[in-house]
Amino acid sequence: MATFDHPFLPNAGPPIRKMMLDAIGVASIEELYSDIPAQVRTNHPLKVDWLPSEQEVKSHLERLLAENKSASDMPIFLGGGIYNHYLPAAVKAILGRTEFQTSYTPYQAEISQGLLQSLFEFQSMIADLTQMDAVNSSLYDGSTALGEAARMASRATGRKKILVPRSLHPAKLSVLKNYTEPAGIGLETFMYDKETGGVSSADLQSKVDRDTAAVYCEVPSFFGILDQEVANVPSICHSRGALSIVGFDPISLGGLKPPGEYGADIVIAEGQSISTEMNFGGPALGIIGCRGENLIRQLPGRLIGMTTTLDGKEKAFSMVLQTREQHIRREKATSNICTNEALFAIGAAAYLSLLGPKGLRQLFESILVKTSYAIKMLSELPGVVVPRFTSPHYQEFVASFKGTKGTLARLNKSLLSNGVHGGKSLVKDFPELGESALFCVTETHSAEAIDKLRLLIEKLQEA
Amino acid sequence: MFHQAKWDEPLIIERSASGKRGHNPVKPSDIERKVVGQNVWNSVPSALLRNGLPPLPEVSEPEVVRHYTRLSQENFAVDLGIYPLGSCTMKYNPKVSEAIASNSKLEKIHPEQDESTVQGILGLLYQLDKFLAEITGMSRMSLQPVAGAAGEYLGALIMRAYHRSKGELEQRREMIIPDSAHGTNPASAAMAGFNVVVVPSNSEGMVDLEALRKEVGPRTAGLMITNPNTLGIFEKNVLQIAKAVHDAGGLLYYDGANFNAILGMVRPGDMGFDIVHLNLHKTFATPHGGGGPGAGPVGVRKDLEQFLPVPLVNFDGTKYFFDSDVPHSVGKVTAFHGNIGVLVRAYAYILSLGPDGLKAVAETAVLNTNYVLAKVLERSKFELPFSRQRKHEFVLSAKKISEQTGVRALDIGKRMLDLGLHSPTVYFPQIVEEAMMIEAPETESLRDLDELVEAFIKLGKEAETDPERLRSAPHNTSVGRIDEVKASHPKTLTLRWNNPKARNQTS
Repeated sequence: MATFDHPFLPNAGPPIRKMMLDAIGVASIEELYSDIPAQVRTNHPLKVDWLPSEQEVKSHLERLLAENKSASDMPIFLGGGIYNHYLPAAVKAILGRTEFQTSYTPYQAEISQGLLQSLFEFQSMIADLTQMDAVNSSLYDGSTALGEAARMASRATGRKKILVPRSLHPAKLSVLKNYTEPAGIGLETFMYDKETGGVSSADLQSKVDRDTAAVYCEVPSFFGILDQEVANVPSICHSRGALSIVGFDPISLGGLKPPGEYGADIVIAEGQSISTEMNFGGPALGIIGCRGENLIRQLPGRLIGMTTTLDGKEKAFSMVLQTREQHIRREKATSNICTNEALFAIGAAAYLSLLGPKGLRQLFESILVKTSYAIKMLSELPGVVVPRFTSPHYQEFVASFKGTKGTLARLNKSLLSNGVHGGKSLVKDFPELGESALFCVTETHSAEAIDKLRLLIEKLQEA
Repeated sequence: MFHQAKWDEPLIIERSASGKRGHNPVKPSDIERKVVGQNVWNSVPSALLRNGLPPLPEVSEPEVVRHYTRLSQENFAVDLGIYPLGSCTMKYNPKVSEAIASNSKLEKIHPEQDESTVQGILGLLYQLDKFLAEITGMSRMSLQPVAGAAGEYLGALIMRAYHRSKGELEQRREMIIPDSAHGTNPASAAMAGFNVVVVPSNSEGMVDLEALRKEVGPRTAGLMITNPNTLGIFEKNVLQIAKAVHDAGGLLYYDGANFNAILGMVRPGDMGFDIVHLNLHKTFATPHGGGGPGAGPVGVRKDLEQFLPVPLVNFDGTKYFFDSDVPHSVGKVTAFHGNIGVLVRAYAYILSLGPDGLKAVAETAVLNTNYVLAKVLERSKFELPFSRQRKHEFVLSAKKISEQTGVRALDIGKRMLDLGLHSPTVYFPQIVEEAMMIEAPETESLRDLDELVEAFIKLGKEAETDPERLRSAPHNTSVGRIDEVKASHPKTLTLRWNNPKARNQTS
């Protein structure tokens, strides 16, 4: 072995290496690998690039990333699960604490109280916001949270059908299928009302039956709709022995009713908005909570509990109910999840503590106003139908461009060349909506940015 | 002497007082309000309108920062000391990766942006795919899985798709898993609808080849195995294992949890594996965040590429693009493109080390671990069941110490915390009694390794002279030993459970 000296490898240099080999009683590193059959050994240097200094690594990555255009370079009207919200500097500072960042799962509770208490606070705050009894310390993202919720509901009811809205993000549906199909759980779609965009109650009612494990609904929906019908869904479910799973947007609970209050049994969410930046979609934060002891025993993932020291004198925290989990129960576990998104659960706890009751309510109101502003501004454009649906909207809305010149694809391209990223095209996934797009507006979208969007659409029509 | 910080920090809700606030979100402008006109609250359907304010703590910004900073001080981490947690590869996480990951050109890009606006990140992902495929000896990677277990699950889904394409899924229901495997393996297999068949280890701590040959057959979907295994022993019969599984029509899955031992030395693809996952938060030095985020990319051999999740990133000669043209794709395993922040850090790590550096990582990790093993065996009563030759980790048994003194592996682990060290993994794998699983990654200096060795020697002796000191440990951590039995009730999970009034509102 050639000499090797690297900042990350204190013992790779020849003098220390020699001393350690002597202590072990072997002549070379090769001797430590002597049990590996020669025919499988790698005899070529790996074909990967190398940059010899930290400075070069950093500049190289910076140059590469500079080719991206970010929300700091142009207004981006995309949402659909990942959102550009303002993340308070204090949240970033707390996430930057390397005592949190560079720790492992808190298997040794006594030396990991900081992490455990933070995760317990996250669980408690989300439980309070949603009116659930228990919340776990995170899943991967909103889509896998839906997958786990569906499997939980099926285990709890012994039934094999999950009803999902037609207006579900196609990526979420694809992930859900991968969680349900191997478990023999069937998915059935219920329609949205063609005018309101909300749940078509008639269609849903006709589909909830004795095989139905659960019905999934979202507030706001994928179309950004604040759908009052959702509040009636739990009672429809319960009357037929099924469970109700409700997807929520964490910030919207600053002004919206907790799903637990209208009877949801399981709640899920994508928590990226309240814990981290968009990061091209990941890491995100999967949130799941439920009501009642029976469902709690079916929860996947880590749960943190508040207990005391053995002498009973001090409050303390530890992972609990671990007999649900893979490292104890192996193939009988409620899920295979091990690594989750713990760091961002801490981020969410910090975020919610910072905003507090009034801050979260204010933010909900700001987004509500900005959504209405954007809808109003765009609705004045000839040929554009905004909002496509008659229900009230929050943060997102569908705009139909069927009355405008050219295709939506062309419009989006023109917007882009003028420094604005338009909404998400629904043409492929929701052909029944024609030339439509889903627009997203958060507190990070200024009135100027919305005006610019409107002006550009107007100008492009005239051109 | 080590003593962990202790702040008696209350719950954040206990710091709450009416009227305080930690952040003022932006308010709509006058123009926006004017254009919108009516009170927007009227637009919210009454059935969905929250009654009053959300129940959150009211605290100021300095209080929130102080609260979580204090809590962070009550948390052990790699940046504070050695973390010899077997199978977890708790190595140092380079700071340059953090600096790179906080770039706004990464943080503020949306996963559904037009391809022309994200060429930088697409190029990086394309290159990372190639690097990881080369490192594992596979044909192509999916970067979508966000954790090791998520990678395993995707692997099992690919097996389903493969057997289904051959019309054999109904018959191939069995996943073979060694008794020394990580718990995620059987859990992932079961979640994907397979029945788990456990093969025993032989007296050397390796898969019992004869037992395996009896188990494989027309019902076999595949075998999930890690190599080196959780005892730190390299499965030297890996080619025979692969042949037995392949001859029976099954697929071979490589669990990358222990990949740090063989980086640049031997590739799963060359050992006959068909599907591989890597834990980037282990081998590729991305911070584990107290339990995530992670990343668990999955590599496959050429003929399994047709089942990979969509989209893949491809290059047409001038630009990078998302390619969803994967004929028999299993679909998606996470909503977007994976844990990008983690992938970028891993890419920076590979560049920082290069081919020689990556190989030196494995060599030094094995060197470090064997150094600790040799010293501990030489000077203590800890025993090493099974073969002597180990790679990046080993599993000691404290059985003899336990029989003589009543001190158990758990007690030794807890007492180790008093010395400012993290405990090894205890009671795993289950095939070793009073197991203590130790991994000493390549980033640990000789001084730190010696400290770990001395801890074992000291505590082995202390078990004889002062067993009570161990049984009542830890003494120097933020809190003393915790009552985990009392905690194991649903009512300990949230504050709401202890507040009957809050619960009655909804039940």
